[in-house]
Amino acid sequence: MKAWRLAALMCLALHSAWAQPTPPTRALPLSQLQSGLYFSGKDVQALQADAFANPAQLWLSLGDTLWRQASDGNDKSTSCFSCHGEANQSMKGVATRYPAVDTRSGRLMNVEDRINQCTTQHQKRPALQPDSDALLGLTLLVAQASKGMPLQVNINGTAKPHWQKGAALFNQRQGQLNLSCAQCHDQNYGQRLYVDPLSQGQPNGYPVYRLEWQKLGSLERRLRSCYSGIRAELPPWGATEMRQLALYLMWRGEGLPVEVPAVRK
Amino acid sequence: MESGQLQTLAQMVEPITQGAKLLQQDVTITAPVLADNGSLVPLGVQVQSPMTAQDHVTHVYLLSQRNPVTRMAVFHMGPWNGRAEINTRVRLAGTQAVVALARLSNGEFRYELMDIIVTESACVDAS
Amino acid sequence: MNLARLHWPERIVAGDVVKVRLLVQHAMDTGYLQDLLGKMVPRNVIRLLTCKLGTREVLRVEPSSGIAANPLFEFFVRATETAEMHVEWVDDRGRRGEYKQTMAVLPAPPR
Repeated sequence: MKAWRLAALMCLALHSAWAQPTPPTRALPLSQLQSGLYFSGKDVQALQADAFANPAQLWLSLGDTLWRQASDGNDKSTSCFSCHGEANQSMKGVATRYPAVDTRSGRLMNVEDRINQCTTQHQKRPALQPDSDALLGLTLLVAQASKGMPLQVNINGTAKPHWQKGAALFNQRQGQLNLSCAQCHDQNYGQRLYVDPLSQGQPNGYPVYRLEWQKLGSLERRLRSCYSGIRAELPPWGATEMRQLALYLMWRGEGLPVEVPAVRK
Repeated sequence: MESGQLQTLAQMVEPITQGAKLLQQDVTITAPVLADNGSLVPLGVQVQSPMTAQDHVTHVYLLSQRNPVTRMAVFHMGPWNGRAEINTRVRLAGTQAVVALARLSNGEFRYELMDIIVTESACVDAS
Repeated sequence: MNLARLHWPERIVAGDVVKVRLLVQHAMDTGYLQDLLGKMVPRNVIRLLTCKLGTREVLRVEPSSGIAANPLFEFFVRATETAEMHVEWVDDRGRRGEYKQTMAVLPAPPR
């Protein structure tokens, strides 16, 4: 028994060469996490709560239609449904644990990338364009399966270096305004920037119907808008940086419930 | 874009009323005093009317004081509606007054006016 | 790809004045904004929307660029009998859309 225990401990010790012995410290303690909904105005909150008038519902309907549609027009066995069945069952929890490292390709992927992996490799169709209505609808459908579930990404193992890069990006000053994400969203959330109260920048409501865009948009689009806001160079669509930052944000927002379909200013 | 100039009430309604009787009563506007975002402002209008064949609302006009297009929407109604009430979402190009103008079956008009504050979004988004 | 959603209360009895909610997917491009490359996005908004309940037109709206994207219209209608609500719209580019949904109306209880 003792030898077994010793051997197990040694295995663990070797394994933790990658994982940190203690979890990384959080600038924003878990007890203080607040969803963007908390910082939104009354009308935005009411709109999110309205199951009918919430404009994001239109994309949810689209996602559901596409899920069941045969990808090659006639053969129903090529639809998402043919492999995955009902999305709200098979996709449960998926949105809470992405971005994640794909074991086959080694790439850090978000949900959109994962959907496109299925589209290209299994359905043998061209990839869906970033922030196209089709990709947004499917991503929202997948997110809905995790409605109310807490964010829970894995930052150990192969994800660790990505998480570290994401953390570095979050804390690094960038752009012509020379601001880091942390300066606004860790240190000054709740304070007003002009008339808008700053949120914590949590990712639990994505894809989101943003009033500013007047349509649904992905987390990647929102992060690019943030870069645009501080007058930093926009990384190209699909950049690993954006996924690394998203991974860090998901870890930072651990425990927040998935809100879907969410509405924000 | 010629928006920005604040029109007077007369400038907003006269092209529609054309001198017909106009009273500021019987119309209720439901809208936020401070809009979260000018791209989507919930706006509700209710007109007191029996909505019978003899006495009903025929049109409801939603007018903007400073948008490039003054007439935001026109709703055509009749006794079949049972209730002269509509709800929609409008765009407002800055702080301004909105006017809900109702035309009655006897040719008269009723209206109400409401000031709505619309603030500039903090991070003007290019993407 | 234009989607629409219609909603009214589940239980409707003849004579009820029913609140109808209609949500239509349309970008309602104002013509005042630029796309990401700086090109003006041309104006294209729904210019006429009609709702017919059975054979009677119960709503006619002429929106403009002042109506928000993905427009929501809520109105009231007096229910008389089960009928199909047929929504039709046309935008500045002449593209038409339509949506149909049957409104089930229970007969009024005998007096």
